[in-house]
Amino acid sequence: MKHKILDILRRGVILVLVVWTVVSLVTLLIELVPGDPATAILGDQATPEQITQFRRKHGLDRPAFFFSFKADAEGDERGFIWHGTDNRYVDYWRNLLRGDMGRSFRSDRPVFDLILSRYAATIQLAVAALLVAVAIAIPLGVISGRNRGQPLDNILSVIALIGISLPSFVMGPMLIFIFAVWLGWLSPSGRFEWSDIILPAVTLGAALSALLTRMVRSSVIEELGEDYVRTARAKGLSESVVVYKHVLKNGLIPVVTILGLQVGVLLAGAIITEKIFNWPGLGLLLIDDGIGKRDYRLVQGCVLFISVTYIAANTLTDMIYRWLDPRIRVS
Amino acid sequence: MNRLALFGLIFVIVLVLVAIFAPLIATHDVGATDLTARYLPPSAAHWFGTDATGRDIFSRVVYGARISLRVGLIVVIVSAVVGTVIGALAGYYGGWVDRIVSGYVFNVFLAFPGLLLAIAMVAFLGAGLNKLIFALCIIGWVGYARLLRGQVLKVREYDFVQAARALGARDLRILFVHIMPNAIQPLIVQASLGMAGAVLAEASLSFLGLGVPPPAPSWGVMLEEARDLATLQAAPHALIFPGIAIALTVLAFNFLGDGLREYLDPRQRAR
Repeated sequence: MKHKILDILRRGVILVLVVWTVVSLVTLLIELVPGDPATAILGDQATPEQITQFRRKHGLDRPAFFFSFKADAEGDERGFIWHGTDNRYVDYWRNLLRGDMGRSFRSDRPVFDLILSRYAATIQLAVAALLVAVAIAIPLGVISGRNRGQPLDNILSVIALIGISLPSFVMGPMLIFIFAVWLGWLSPSGRFEWSDIILPAVTLGAALSALLTRMVRSSVIEELGEDYVRTARAKGLSESVVVYKHVLKNGLIPVVTILGLQVGVLLAGAIITEKIFNWPGLGLLLIDDGIGKRDYRLVQGCVLFISVTYIAANTLTDMIYRWLDPRIRVS
Repeated sequence: MNRLALFGLIFVIVLVLVAIFAPLIATHDVGATDLTARYLPPSAAHWFGTDATGRDIFSRVVYGARISLRVGLIVVIVSAVVGTVIGALAGYYGGWVDRIVSGYVFNVFLAFPGLLLAIAMVAFLGAGLNKLIFALCIIGWVGYARLLRGQVLKVREYDFVQAARALGARDLRILFVHIMPNAIQPLIVQASLGMAGAVLAEASLSFLGLGVPPPAPSWGVMLEEARDLATLQAAPHALIFPGIAIALTVLAFNFLGDGLREYLDPRQRAR
């Protein structure tokens, strides 16, 4: 029991450290921006007053961190300056804890609102991709596992390999070519009709489905060798009942938990898929509105939000995994 | 060695040769646009056809191998060296260094989607080949460090290490002369898989407009240019050939890595 509490504590500390690192990274990375963000946003024609005003409004006139090194009048001697807590790093933390991620450099809207307005689309895409992956992987994995080593299994293995190695930015445009340009069945991009989610979901889910197929396959092979399968067969159950009712039920436990770990991967992968299909989610917000328009406040917010979702998904899966499988809890 | 690994090996060798001899293999000038020859289908004059500005796709795919392999090699070498040194020192000395490296650094990097970190870094640093390589190295070294730390922890306890210590060998000598040669094998596997990852990451970021800026013939850039509807309609081959090049390259390095793993680990071979 004491061990268990210590373990949970340790995990909690690591989690806090990870989130702290992510926040620190996104606040400090903005200092790496070559040149001044204000001039980058306002352009060369901006008057000094405009720039000063912009910098004050977004807190850019304040020191970046607790301390800084400044060159003196000659420009070569470097002096150490201590700013105390009156700095942007502390500001960002303070605001963040109040649910305020600052205002967009471009549109002046709160970053948090912008993110929330796009979040649903990303989650929708990730869930759809997950469903696609499962819908492909379970039947293929079962067929593969039942026909282990036979030509059908080999063919399916090769397909799975292609699925894993075909990057989304190759598969996505190819799907657009086939289903939108050539056949004209689906629209090439956007999020207007329900059918618009099909191509992005398939693109995002493809790699995952290939991975899952392999796992279902090995899981089915492993379970088929168990005693209860022999019992079920001896009872005279038909082979499909044995496989789909008994084997699959047991074999899916590890698959389901791994699935959770992949939610985070899906979220990161969604950035590229959203870009391909102009799917208005967080990824598109990050790439087009954030990075494309040099809206660094928005970039900070998006990176932070995606990371925290990723971390939350992984932590949650880890907890469920431990709860489901006591063997892991002990070790 | 299995057949897939053999395919991987052969493809990688061919790719390296193509990259080295790109100027001899390319049939056209990579940058030369020809607006009278836009969207041409594959033919004897243009083996892979031409793109939206009439550039020869075959030549661009050939030169693209240079960019991919250069990024991959630099990223893998730098990450492997940095990761190996840090992982080996952490594993050998243990103590608070190890606690920081394995308890904090590893967990932070694992908790963070690598692609997102690369995108964020490039977003703030600005796009460009060197910055891309830098970002990929920052993400890449952790895998090697984890691997090496585990290996060193294992090998450290072997009898011959104890013997060397008993004979009075210094720490660094034990680490680099006795432990490392026995710990380094899985690194080769990781490096091969790392090449696949780096090639893919370069293409991804270039595709997003965050890597090698156009008109450089990066495969990612070529795909980005080929995916607008007008080009898809008129010249799907502009998408297909660089797409195949990326897919085969990633596949080949993965096959090679898997094959090497099997080859180096006899327990897996038996299965």
